[in-house]
Amino acid sequence: MSFIKKPRIIHPESRPNSIGLSINDYEGAMSTLCAGCGHDSVSAGIMQAFFELDIAPHNVAKLSGIGCSSKTPTYFLRGAHGFNSVHGRMPSIATGANAANGELHYIGVSGDGDSLSIGLGQLCHAIRRNVNMLYVIENNGVYGLTKGQFSASADVGSTAKRGEANHLRPIDPILTAIDIGGSFVARGFSGDKDNLVPLIKAGIMHRGFALIDVISPCVTFNDHEGSTKSYLHTRQASHAAIYADYIPVRDEITAVLDKGANVVPLHDGGQVQFRQVDDKYDPTDRSKAAGYIRECQERSEIVTGLLYIDDDAPDLHMLSDTSETPLRDLEFKTLNPGAKALEEIQNAWS
Amino acid sequence: MATKSRVNDFVIRIATVNGTGSASANALLMKAIFRMGVPVLGKNYFPSNIQGLPTWYEIRVTEDGYLARSGLTDIVVAMNAQTYEEDLAELTPGGAFIYDSTWPRKELHQRSDIQVLPIPLSRMCNEAFVGSRARILMKNIAYVGAIVALLDLDMDVVHGLLRETFGDKHDLIDSNARAIELGHDYAVSHFECPLDFRVEARKPVTERIMIDGNTAAALGCVYAGATVGSWYPITPSTSLLDAFSNFCKRLRKDSRTGKSNYCIIQAEDELAAIGTALGASWNGARAFTATSGPGLSLMSEFLGLAYFTEIPLVLFDVQRAGPSTGMPTRTQQADILSAAYASHGDTKQVLLFPADPKECFSLTIEAFDLADRLQTPVILLSDLDIGMNDWPCEKLTWDDDYRPDYGKIRRAEELEGMEMFHRYVDYDGDGICYRTLPGVHSKGSYLVRGSGHNQYGGYTEKDDEYREVVDRLRKKFRTAASLVPKPVIDTYERPHGAIISIGSCDGAVRETRDRLEKEGLRLDYMRIRAFPFDVNVTDFLSKYSRIFVVEQNRDAQLRSLLLTEITEGSEKLVPILYYGGRPLSSLDIIERIRTQLREDKAA
Ligand SMILES: Cc1ncc(C[n+]2csc(CCOP(=O)(O)OP(=O)(O)O)c2C)c(N)n1
Ligand code: SF4
Ligand SMILES: [Mg+2]
Repeated sequence: MSFIKKPRIIHPESRPNSIGLSINDYEGAMSTLCAGCGHDSVSAGIMQAFFELDIAPHNVAKLSGIGCSSKTPTYFLRGAHGFNSVHGRMPSIATGANAANGELHYIGVSGDGDSLSIGLGQLCHAIRRNVNMLYVIENNGVYGLTKGQFSASADVGSTAKRGEANHLRPIDPILTAIDIGGSFVARGFSGDKDNLVPLIKAGIMHRGFALIDVISPCVTFNDHEGSTKSYLHTRQASHAAIYADYIPVRDEITAVLDKGANVVPLHDGGQVQFRQVDDKYDPTDRSKAAGYIRECQERSEIVTGLLYIDDDAPDLHMLSDTSETPLRDLEFKTLNPGAKALEEIQNAWS
Repeated sequence: MATKSRVNDFVIRIATVNGTGSASANALLMKAIFRMGVPVLGKNYFPSNIQGLPTWYEIRVTEDGYLARSGLTDIVVAMNAQTYEEDLAELTPGGAFIYDSTWPRKELHQRSDIQVLPIPLSRMCNEAFVGSRARILMKNIAYVGAIVALLDLDMDVVHGLLRETFGDKHDLIDSNARAIELGHDYAVSHFECPLDFRVEARKPVTERIMIDGNTAAALGCVYAGATVGSWYPITPSTSLLDAFSNFCKRLRKDSRTGKSNYCIIQAEDELAAIGTALGASWNGARAFTATSGPGLSLMSEFLGLAYFTEIPLVLFDVQRAGPSTGMPTRTQQADILSAAYASHGDTKQVLLFPADPKECFSLTIEAFDLADRLQTPVILLSDLDIGMNDWPCEKLTWDDDYRPDYGKIRRAEELEGMEMFHRYVDYDGDGICYRTLPGVHSKGSYLVRGSGHNQYGGYTEKDDEYREVVDRLRKKFRTAASLVPKPVIDTYERPHGAIISIGSCDGAVRETRDRLEKEGLRLDYMRIRAFPFDVNVTDFLSKYSRIFVVEQNRDAQLRSLLLTEITEGSEKLVPILYYGGRPLSSLDIIERIRTQLREDKAA
């Protein structure tokens, strides 16, 4: 629907960011999702995060798979390059794109069907390679676009609109990511923008693969009583383990740390500041984090916040030892060994 | 018995067990003949297994420089008791049968039309060497020694090769030389050396190399400036990425920082392999992936996406025998149709068909240029025979003035001056539009989508907007036909018909034509090198009343493709098919062609 012209409303309160762009410059085409769909709130959070980080949209590559959630890159950052790929395979496109040019900001948007069923393999391997990107799962427990079948994130006992219950155990992307070496693992809720935007900002600035699982209710197929991915249930069952804020370089000196706050420096010079809700919790300890999340899960609590971070883990480029200049920008004469070298190579074969 | 004409014209077949180190012995033997200036080719028949199963290596010595199996076996070196019987049966009358007579076998002496040469290889090596591994390895080197004597090979050449192979590992040079001597001396003192089959040194006119197609293709990737290679291991394509990796380590490290000017990603499967290459290509790097049949099937969805969203990509399909897992270590050309129409919907792919390693190199360069120029995947269909066997080739050459053709890309300066950028508008009328690279300029951004889109790149489900795009894609495919490599055509004055073929059939077809010419049957020949078919292909088809389509698959896939795309003359196109998995020989096809031509004459 990108050719329905969206009226460009100038927000009265909108002030430009430090690169002279207003929040409108971070918008996209008009959304065609159902009114009230959680995914639209996530898009709004993404726009705000990029706006506040002063990142020019054309330095962003936005990618997705297939699903209602995967449609959303059309609805934010119209000035960014976009790639709406095929179902479940966005991680590989992002991996290759990143290999060719690590200088852009990469954001992938996916759904629970796209990421946890058809695309589970690709998601896991992108995490293992620590591709430098933000990866957002807009998790609603169903396949929205194909009209409400259970996805692999549906909880046992959660019921579908027509009443039947799910009996299969869910795959939790958070635990999976922590388990296979994810370097930034967070969970948010589309209905809680105040906590979501800082997570998105931190995820963008993190070096490596930042996974944010955002509970994003599907109002049309999974927002009824009995569903564990509804707005109501998520509000009631949410338990914030940690509030995180991203503090960019320019604010570093002025930032006032909350009482009991911890700080993790990021490689871009900024830092993530934590406010712990539960003092047992340590988001830099992989096995403790996993244990804590499991305990919450057993109490049927949906734990949110920045749950694990390791900004020192080497990313795809460090692991591949690629040159500083993006591969796609290397000149042909650097890449081509020339006629003389070809002559020499062939000596071994004559 | 062999006549004098068997100088530099015969086939040796060496039967061994895989995992016993016979590969290096066979390579040594082949290289020695090659170094003597005599055309030689080697075919490896290996099982899909790591250790303990029968393996054969076939060396054809061919003064005439034919590039196919002859289909005959003149000398057998039988090192595997499991296959003695079958190896004996393979031997052409007049041939020689060498076997390890440490354990003598009476039954091997029953054929009176051949010569049996028993050599107690194991016993000699057990006496001369210590340790079971060394004994097994040296047994192989010892038969090379015997052959050196029997074929009158140049011992200096053999010693030179040992020194090249082992460098400063003097103990290895010595033990190998010792094993050579054992075999050699035994042969000299027990048989009449040389045999009638033998090698006479020549001075070759052109400088030649021995190379396999996967190595040549990998080198092509390096020279074309590819920086991202992604893959998932599968025989027979694995050695392509292995070679690329080795070349990159040598040639693609930044001279100052030592960092890599390339990135190789071993993906989790073929879907991810092609996705990664596609993502890199979208972002402006030259990228490729390599696979074989099963991988091609998995890549199908992404091939459709790349076709519809118009992203360049180079894909190597080193074909093996299908269907399904098929025979992973046997060769075939049975992916032609599934590659040409890979993916659902109205999808068509550009294919290139190299015939030998030299073309694997040159067509790889063309593949990258074509992919960028046409903004679409280009699939190089080679096969196991080309990809994994060592072929004698003219030396590869490079023109330092070559510059890659990156096709129509709007760069930052152009975008700056533009009102608005539209991704899929056909400004030039050739069906090829302008693309932009991510992050280059704010005006260049657009959203790639595999869903229905209009010429501006926007989402659409409108009849006319959709058709405008897919009709232009058809037009682009027609443009492609004029850009792809032309067929190679060979003609006679008054031909009796013609042959059309592709890829690795070339050697066998050329040999067939030579032999038929001697019988007074002249067949013109077109070797197709690309799909879509250009006007030369159409013209050729219309010229003859009898055309043999030679290919290595059961269902006459090239013939089907010709008939589907050109829609002419199904009666006159006679399929000549071989699909048993061995590299094609003229013996596999000549009789059927001969018979048909006789019938045609009689009619
Ligand atoms: C290969 C393939 N199989 C099936 C589909 C159909 N399909 C489209 S979206 C979708 C599920 C999407 O679910 P999810 O990722 O959770 O996104 P949501 O719509 O819930 O946001 C399916 C199965 C497809 N597009 N491609
Ligand atoms: S079906 Fe569900 S997921 Fe899809 S747009 Fe509507 S509310 Fe959102
Ligand atoms: Mg969903």
